[in-house]
Amino acid sequence: MNKIKKITSYELFLPIMCFILVLLINVIKTPTFFEVSIKNGVFYGYIIDVINRASELVILAVGMTLVVASSGGTDISVGAVMSVAAALCCYILAGGQQTINAYQNPYVLGILLALVVGVVCGCFNGFLVAKMKIQPMVATLILFTAGRGIAQLITKGQITYIRVENYKLLGANIPGIPLPTTIFVVVIVVLITNIVLKKTALGLYIQSVGINAKASRLVGLKSSRIIFLTYVFCGLCAGIAGLMASSRIYSADANNIGLNMELDAILAVALGGNSLSGGKFTLLGSVIGAYTIQALTTTLYAMSVSADQLPVYKAIVVVIIVSLQSKEFKKIVRGLKDKKADGRKEEQVA
Amino acid sequence: MEQGVVLTMRQIGKTFPGVIALENVDFTLRKGEIHALMGENGAGKSTLIKVLTGVEEFETGEIKMYGRDGAIINKSPQEAQKNGISTVYQEVNLCPNLSVAENLFIGREPRRAKMIDWKKMNQKSKELLASLDIEIDVTKALENYSIAIQQMIAIARAVDMSAKVLILDEPTSSLDDSEVEKLFALMKKLKKDGVGIIFVTHFLEQVYAICDHITVLRNGRLVGEYAVEHLPRVQLVAKMMGKDFDDLAAIKKVGEQNNEEKEIIIEAKQLGRVGSIKPFNIQIHKGEVIGLSGLLGSGRSELARCIYGADKSDSGELLVKGEKLLVGAPIHAMQNGMAYLPENRKEEGIIADLSVRENIMIALQAKRGMLKLISKKEQEQFTDKYIDLLQIKTADRETPIKQLSGGNQQKVILARWLLTDPDFLILDEPTRGIDIGTKTEIQKLVLELAKKGMAVMFISSEIEEMIRTCSKMAVLRDGCKVGELKEEELSQDSIMKAIAGGVKNE
Repeated sequence: MNKIKKITSYELFLPIMCFILVLLINVIKTPTFFEVSIKNGVFYGYIIDVINRASELVILAVGMTLVVASSGGTDISVGAVMSVAAALCCYILAGGQQTINAYQNPYVLGILLALVVGVVCGCFNGFLVAKMKIQPMVATLILFTAGRGIAQLITKGQITYIRVENYKLLGANIPGIPLPTTIFVVVIVVLITNIVLKKTALGLYIQSVGINAKASRLVGLKSSRIIFLTYVFCGLCAGIAGLMASSRIYSADANNIGLNMELDAILAVALGGNSLSGGKFTLLGSVIGAYTIQALTTTLYAMSVSADQLPVYKAIVVVIIVSLQSKEFKKIVRGLKDKKADGRKEEQVA
Repeated sequence: MEQGVVLTMRQIGKTFPGVIALENVDFTLRKGEIHALMGENGAGKSTLIKVLTGVEEFETGEIKMYGRDGAIINKSPQEAQKNGISTVYQEVNLCPNLSVAENLFIGREPRRAKMIDWKKMNQKSKELLASLDIEIDVTKALENYSIAIQQMIAIARAVDMSAKVLILDEPTSSLDDSEVEKLFALMKKLKKDGVGIIFVTHFLEQVYAICDHITVLRNGRLVGEYAVEHLPRVQLVAKMMGKDFDDLAAIKKVGEQNNEEKEIIIEAKQLGRVGSIKPFNIQIHKGEVIGLSGLLGSGRSELARCIYGADKSDSGELLVKGEKLLVGAPIHAMQNGMAYLPENRKEEGIIADLSVRENIMIALQAKRGMLKLISKKEQEQFTDKYIDLLQIKTADRETPIKQLSGGNQQKVILARWLLTDPDFLILDEPTRGIDIGTKTEIQKLVLELAKKGMAVMFISSEIEEMIRTCSKMAVLRDGCKVGELKEEELSQDSIMKAIAGGVKNE
């Protein structure tokens, strides 16, 4: 009994349970869900697909988690920043042309500048939130609306195609390696972030600032600098995600890359059991949350729900998951348990 | 039910994980009495109030109200209010940007044809306040009035909602003497009208000034209920602490040293900040306890905050051990050996969701820098050492600090700063809202630290406490440092005179 209590009080218990629940539904609906086959030395299967497709979301969720934790607000510009990063990368590589078959500039330069522009966007958001003390939602709304416009300006309103084989590698498979490249990127990002948070005091600082910025300043933390840093990091994450999304379609589609992903990223943070009002956080929770969302989407597609109707079903499931994790629900469960226990006692007395 | 009794609580029990908060507690409130609820921090006062008002659920026992059949269980503060129990907290929970009248009638506005009848609302508000001898403009926003007035408005609202039982939780902590007088007048009036008042406070004098009965709790258990006239002060303290009264007055400085000849740790030259503290000079020597005295709003805290860099100074200079220091942020002050325990524990002290361990470690960690993470093992050692040293009552070192009682939270903050091994420790109201036992401990600690050579700045509203601990005192009035008193000049009388304007005629 004690063991069960210990497990259920573990902070990641509910996020993991929800993830397992979604996977279970998957297996019931699609018995082949966990089947993995090898074609041409590459793994195929639903589960691989989920892990692959979730990559951008996981990376965004990592950045979003820290933003939420430090400032108690959300960065709603990440989707737009993705498209800016993608547009800049393609623009550099294409040297300003529409469609190319060979790089006009070194690949590394394109990638690097895309990441830099992600960081710059993050700095802009961070400056507004941390220094100008503008509400995060409002501050990031600026890039949310302007970002795609900037991306359009860079690509001159056209879709820029990079028809070079190795540009697709980031979003597909490197020859000889059976797993998609995105998985490795995700593992690296999550690992590095986690190590930095655990091996330095940054994790403690972010939580402290998120819980009580005033008190944190008085114990010698530079609250605004820490909040600024989390926004910069979130921008960097958006840049990485943008590159991955662009590589998948070997082009920069300013209108569609990262569309509505900011909302999924916020949802992933919430599904991971993190409070959106900041403070304590668990990175792993957000990662699990992101995979849950993607598994859900894949399930629905597998059940041949059309893309237009998808949001409706997704919404229903999200409502269920979120209420399962809510405090009120826990109260109800506890109430039922007490009643049961009381009933048993009465029986014994009788 | 007995004649004249409005509220009885019998055999109340409540446990928190790992702690028994209340065990078989009885409480009786009569009509038209002011009943003090006393006990040290963690004695269970707050929990008893919370259980009564429905903020927390109780596990055993029953609550009965006059005029109600059977036991009542309040599931929320709203339900408690419906049952005639209202609470006014130290932090007024009204809406500062709404008008006084709106605050009085929010949620039950007088209406005409479904629209709010403003005229009637203002009229009724005026009458209501007038009946309690409060003469103010009810159409002005609440924030225009002092905390004292706001508190009275909160009380008026509670009373108007047909409260039979009124709970005042530490209402006087942030009031000055004349405001306390006004509050007491209001309480006496309500008493005459037959309202039963539960008064929670740490100020013994106020208990004896206004209360009829005292119920004492200790460690979640009932010690007893007494009529005020049958319980002398010393005995009350003994009952609260559960041991013979360790006379506060017994803390006396031993071995008068001449601090003036020692090294100067902190020296301010014309340091000031526009709008909060006028330029001042101050010298603080090693091993000295300097008190800052003055009325609320005289600039006591502002002076300390200016030195520490909590508020950036905009004139003058600060010398630390003879070297000029530019304090841009608290971290600079910390790196130069300063530590600051802020006045407002809840808002500026504790980091509520973090554990006791994290709350203790955070300042040292910030001082060492982000990259030099203190190892888990070391953290645990430090934490255990201070939990032991300051006798912090906590279930575990990983317990969130918000679950601790006020006094224990304060000890955690103290531990946080002692761990950084400061040369100069600023304590702003370290004993406010804290029980007598902990108060004594903190005062003793201050003297011990000073003996070891630490310079301490001590700010307190209680003059007696200052006389006991301080070796010199700076007096402030209206945002200006107006004088200093040496140890031999320290007496209740001289300090009062200085505060009132007797030291220098300016």
